[in-house]
Amino acid sequence: MDFFKREPDIAFMAYRRRLALLTAVLLVAAIGFLGVRGLNLGLDFTGGTLVEVGYPQAVELTEVREVLAQDGYEDAVVQTFGTARDILIRLAPDAGQGDALSNAVLETLRGDNPDAELRRVEFVGPQVGDELAEKGGLALLYALGGILLYVAFRFEYRFAIGAVAAVVHDVVVTLGLFAAIGMTFDLTVLAALLAVIGYSLNDTIVVFDRIRENFLRIRKGTSESITNRSINQMLPRTLVTSLTTLLVLFALALFGGELIRGFAVTLIVGVLVGTYSSIYVASAAALALGVSKEDLVPPPKEGEDADDEQP
Amino acid sequence: MNRYPLWKYLLVVAVIAAGCLYALPNLFGQDPALQISSASGGAPTADVRERISEQLSADGIRVQGRELTDDHLLLRLGSAEAQVRAADELALALGGDYTVALNLAPATPDWLQGLGGRPMYLGLDLRGGVHFLMDVDVEAVLDQTMTGYRDEFRRQLREADIRYRDASVQGTTVRLAFADGEARDAARSTLSPDYLDLGFEAGASEDDQPLLTATLSEEKQREVRNAAVEQNMTTLRNRVNELGVAEPVIQRQGLSRIVVQLPGVQDTARAKEIIGATATLEFRMVDSANFPYRGDADDPVPPGTERYPERDGGYVLLEREVIITGEAITDASSGIDTQNGQPQVNIRLSGSGGSIMNRTTADRVGDHMAVLFKETQIEPRRVDGEVVRQQVETQEVINIARIQEQLGSRFRISGLESSREARNLALLLRAGSLAAPMQIVEERTIGPSLGQENINQGLAAVVAGFLLVVAFMAIYYKVFGLIANGALLANLILIVAVLSLLQATLTLPGIAGIVLTVGMAVDANVLIYERIREELRGGSSTQQAIEAGYGKAFSTIADANVTTLIAAVVLFAFGSGPVKGFAVTLSIGIVSSMFTAILGTRAVVNLIYGGRRGARLAI
Repeated sequence: MDFFKREPDIAFMAYRRRLALLTAVLLVAAIGFLGVRGLNLGLDFTGGTLVEVGYPQAVELTEVREVLAQDGYEDAVVQTFGTARDILIRLAPDAGQGDALSNAVLETLRGDNPDAELRRVEFVGPQVGDELAEKGGLALLYALGGILLYVAFRFEYRFAIGAVAAVVHDVVVTLGLFAAIGMTFDLTVLAALLAVIGYSLNDTIVVFDRIRENFLRIRKGTSESITNRSINQMLPRTLVTSLTTLLVLFALALFGGELIRGFAVTLIVGVLVGTYSSIYVASAAALALGVSKEDLVPPPKEGEDADDEQP
Repeated sequence: MNRYPLWKYLLVVAVIAAGCLYALPNLFGQDPALQISSASGGAPTADVRERISEQLSADGIRVQGRELTDDHLLLRLGSAEAQVRAADELALALGGDYTVALNLAPATPDWLQGLGGRPMYLGLDLRGGVHFLMDVDVEAVLDQTMTGYRDEFRRQLREADIRYRDASVQGTTVRLAFADGEARDAARSTLSPDYLDLGFEAGASEDDQPLLTATLSEEKQREVRNAAVEQNMTTLRNRVNELGVAEPVIQRQGLSRIVVQLPGVQDTARAKEIIGATATLEFRMVDSANFPYRGDADDPVPPGTERYPERDGGYVLLEREVIITGEAITDASSGIDTQNGQPQVNIRLSGSGGSIMNRTTADRVGDHMAVLFKETQIEPRRVDGEVVRQQVETQEVINIARIQEQLGSRFRISGLESSREARNLALLLRAGSLAAPMQIVEERTIGPSLGQENINQGLAAVVAGFLLVVAFMAIYYKVFGLIANGALLANLILIVAVLSLLQATLTLPGIAGIVLTVGMAVDANVLIYERIREELRGGSSTQQAIEAGYGKAFSTIADANVTTLIAAVVLFAFGSGPVKGFAVTLSIGIVSSMFTAILGTRAVVNLIYGGRRGARLAI
């Protein structure tokens, strides 16, 4: 089986200016959402207490809320987690005695229904939350820096800028989507975001690699046409790899359980955005910066046949 | 012709065979087990083992296997229910002198264990348990140290008959104020030879009083901080042993933090109570002029004394000076006085603590000594609409006893009302031997049923993802797809083998990393195969196409993987706990997929197509 019987010939780069507009709109929207609504930061970054309690039968949330309110936890956020038998109770960091809070909450719930089973407790002190957020931001920056250096070393600085532009685009758009739909942003999602960086880069590098090869091999043609040809040549690979990755990610989202769903969803979004950006951000940026054959062809050595050089 | 030299085939076969071998222990699973050791840390003696067997057969619990090591006895039980029941029964029958801990013992056959085969180490989110991050208040310890210096200065100056106006502690400096410069210089020459860790400096205060400052050296400060954290870790270890946890993890993290992981602990409330109790102890002399104390809580106290509440009500006046702190206690146990059958508590002190005690009690026989227990809790309070976490210290005198003779590094507190009181006092004394207050700043608890659920769901995701990819590859690349699938399976086995060998912790995000690797590992093969197709379209012969496909795709694959590896390494460096697990499996997966997808598949392709000149490739 083969998606393309012969080499596809789609004029990707012809649309690059129009799509740059789309990219800009996406970025502005993402930044807008981030600025106005902000990220729904999870417990890892805000600090606070989270208690997951399992019941043998489905429970009414209002009932749980009432029981909690009676014991003074009016501010508790109660929601179901996956099934109606699992409930999640979140408490703000100032709601009580820190790490002793989870026990108190469980006691309250057990008083009402002795079958309540403690499934999970997460308590993060406000100080630790700040540290985790800071470390997370640093991790993103270091990852971007490391990648910039590597690509600049292996290719050319214009490619490096293109690659990092693509990665920044992916991160911003994915974060913007998180802000827009209000999904919780926690440590696992951060890990997924870094995996998105890795994946999107993978895609970009593969295309860059072919562009470099073609710049050296094909003597005729403009930078644009060579870039376009390279993208077309790599299109089957891009599609197949995105497809296999998406397949496993859907498996993860469907079977991996509630705890891992945010991770899977982030990556699904990231794979889609990353595939788009490797073409319309990375390659387009490198082109816009004026990458040309001369930048990549090594200077001719002494005694090499001068006829090989193109005018 | 595409042929590998023999050694390359052998290498591929050897690596995959080794992978299978070391992944194998995971198939045998783990038995629910009990780990029994005596409170002092050794294995139970022969007659206790006999008692254990009798108890279990009386309860109708079948033991499937038993192993004796130097420090514990391991009993394998058929089911988790039998495990829990046996644990309860044995804990009851053996009493407090033995700890009975729930454990999961690998059911790996002996020959495999002999080769170093062990199953993967499951993280807390997969096996259930508690994770605490504790923050040690090292500044409080420094403060305590400086106060100690101040008290010693006072004593020495008094003994040397040097008059001082004021002695106070500011940060890591003790300030001594004097009436005249002469007294200051005399004090300096008396004190400075005895305290080499302190930098003495003469000066004048704001209101022009002669001043002597003694500042703790940077190096000593570091030493004090380190010692405080180490001491807390030792105490935590002892406390955790009281809990009966089979494989606790107690590790230092950074300057002042300690990670405590207790796999399989189900009663998290109790664990937290024991772990989180932040208590310190002080031995002080009771002010003999005012004993028993008849004043009220608001009355002024005589100089040099402080008033503290007693545990059973009422107040007592204690001298300001601390004789020793709980830090000096190395052991405290309850027992019975063999002469009169009265309950008592036996206390053992460290060498330096013992000599201080010896010196202090020499001329105070007949006076009373008190044990002051200080517990620090962190309570959030609302101040001006902002939430501030404040340390609240509860202090109470838990015991007052008459000094009957000069005390040394071993002494006992007798005259206790019941053996229950003796037990409680011993427990408090042990608990109080923490050097610095600690607080839990992060907690992650996973119930055991959720852990098993996570394993099941993770496994389901791996299997489903794997099958989907395998099916797609077989349809899309035919024979070459099947070869890639073989490589993918080998890759999974290698990841599991490496994780088992390294005993790296497998977490739920770690499983997600494996799933992601499955999706991305085929990328290398996709790159190669698409290249081969391209070469074929371009008119190359089969053998040329294979050669060019593998050759030209290599640098692309390497570049792409190195960048992903950079992201993974950064994640490992910055991530905590579960995120680290993801970085580990992702990194292992990237490296092993390079091996299986490039070298592995090439070996198979060479074997099938390498020798056939005009073969049509099923790609």
